[in-house]
Amino acid sequence: MLKSEIEVGYGLNKQKKKNRYLRYLQRDWQLYVLMVLPMLFILVFRFLPYSGLSIAFKDYKVAKGYAGSSWVGFSIFHKVFGKRDFGQALTNTLLLNILDLVFGFPMPIILALILNEIKNRYFKSIMQTLLYLPHFLSWVIIGGIGYSMFSVSSGVVNVLIKNAGHSPIPFLQENTWWLISYVLIGVWQSMGWGTIIYLAAITGVNSELYEAARVDGAGRLKQCIHVTLPCIRSTIVTLLIMNLGKLMGGSFERVFALANAKATQYTTTIPVLVYRWGIESGKFSEATALGLFQSVIGLTLVVAADLIAKRLGEDGLI
Amino acid sequence: MNQYQYKKPRAWNRTKRKDLVVDVFFYMLLIAISMTCLLPFIHIFAKSVSREAYVIANKIFLVPKGINFDAYRKVLQDTSIVRSLYVSVIVTVSFTAIGTLLTISAAYALSRVQLKGRKIMTFLIMFSMYFTAGTIPDYLLMNDLHMLDTWWCMILPLSFAAYNFLIMKNNFKASIPDSLIESALIDGASHFKILSYIVVPLSKPIIATISLFYAVGRWNAYSDALFYIKQRVDLRPLQLKLYYLVVAASESFKAEGGLTAGQITNPEVLKASCIIFATLPIICIYPFIQKYFVQGTMIGAVKG
Repeated sequence: MLKSEIEVGYGLNKQKKKNRYLRYLQRDWQLYVLMVLPMLFILVFRFLPYSGLSIAFKDYKVAKGYAGSSWVGFSIFHKVFGKRDFGQALTNTLLLNILDLVFGFPMPIILALILNEIKNRYFKSIMQTLLYLPHFLSWVIIGGIGYSMFSVSSGVVNVLIKNAGHSPIPFLQENTWWLISYVLIGVWQSMGWGTIIYLAAITGVNSELYEAARVDGAGRLKQCIHVTLPCIRSTIVTLLIMNLGKLMGGSFERVFALANAKATQYTTTIPVLVYRWGIESGKFSEATALGLFQSVIGLTLVVAADLIAKRLGEDGLI
Repeated sequence: MNQYQYKKPRAWNRTKRKDLVVDVFFYMLLIAISMTCLLPFIHIFAKSVSREAYVIANKIFLVPKGINFDAYRKVLQDTSIVRSLYVSVIVTVSFTAIGTLLTISAAYALSRVQLKGRKIMTFLIMFSMYFTAGTIPDYLLMNDLHMLDTWWCMILPLSFAAYNFLIMKNNFKASIPDSLIESALIDGASHFKILSYIVVPLSKPIIATISLFYAVGRWNAYSDALFYIKQRVDLRPLQLKLYYLVVAASESFKAEGGLTAGQITNPEVLKASCIIFATLPIICIYPFIQKYFVQGTMIGAVKG
């Protein structure tokens, strides 16, 4: 092994360049063998589908196959952009993500700051265990729990409201209320888990800073504002930018598990529309074009977010 | 000096009292927030074991009344639910085994600096994470590979995850000294030997973390099964079955399978028992796996 490494070092002159690759293969064949299956999986299940993207530019007919279908340029995209559903799906996707960001982003920070103030270790770890729980549940279960809690006739929240003498609230059956419930359920699901990164960042704060602040007469609130927050600023900024990159994303499972026939105004998001067009109605070309549109914008946003993060002197993501 | 010494205890007391008030407030607030994560389950559990009449009358809050387990007996008698649990277990176990093996081998190979083509392979893997072809090309690929309505469509496509690969690679780099592997190489050990006798035994916690990431992710996901499993009703995993039972039918309960027969007819009780039935596996192992998840998330946050 070592011998061949030395030979490679000597063999850098031009005549031996061709042999070099053979040598690398000879030396590291075991590593390449280890890579065969993972690369096969990536190529088959990740890269092969890229060829399927071509049908966004074709009038795809299942009977004709990829090659048999004729090229139509960007006309599929024109058709997609002209549809009323498309505008709605785009607006909804952005709206749901922006609301998630506005309400969901600060919550873990606040929660982490509160958890940090708790001195009793056992109490703290019990609280963390409870708060992390929703992260481990599937959206189907959360949807089921949501309906069990919030349905108009038998949901426990509405039963309590009715017992208090008020009229029940259609939490999941009316458009605006659905939107509010959707965001709140999302915040509830992710707030506990989101604290982990912030708590880790807070642990890393130099304790001398707190001592110095105390000597200067800073109370707990002042210590939090002038020591903790500035110290975890870079974590906050990085995560914020990462989340900005996800503005065009969308959780199919979350929307789908909470959607119902009574409140449909906000449930048509891009992933849901892709599903309806493609898998339910077999309009593969349109659905692929829509998905591609989302992926491209999503990738652009991620790259832009990464550039901004690096420009600001924070760690990038890529 | 005298004056200072005299004043100090009073100031200290005032701060202490204020501190206590703030502490109590924080404790109360946290208890209130964490209860929102706990009480729904207690409520649904109470519903699932109470007598039907109480549930219909909306009399059940947190304490079950007229305890009985008929609803669970009903769920267990429904062969399609038990079958879906079986499907979920098989799929999750094989998916996790394949995913973990692929991740370990790729992470080890690509953490060796001398490997030529390391950068391009890492790039290909990471690229696939940021730019996915999308639902429809994936679906058409499954169709072309004749994997629709088979076990494989739930086991193979997602089983090598770039994010998990990244976490494991970073961990290998940080926790296993290069000198150790180099000296083993000089002693004539093959990479396979090094991987199985040095790297894997030294990385048990991260391997546990990654396999749990795979397992919980697979257990909870339902969208791919929703897309790919159409005709073969017997291949529905638990979450998809639950989707059809509880969510899709949430407004008017269309009883599926064997749920119509028998004494219990109230959809609320049956739904509640289904939810608890499907949540129980997660809740039982959750306290033990939580710490691995926390570790994994922190390693994931420190990117390489």
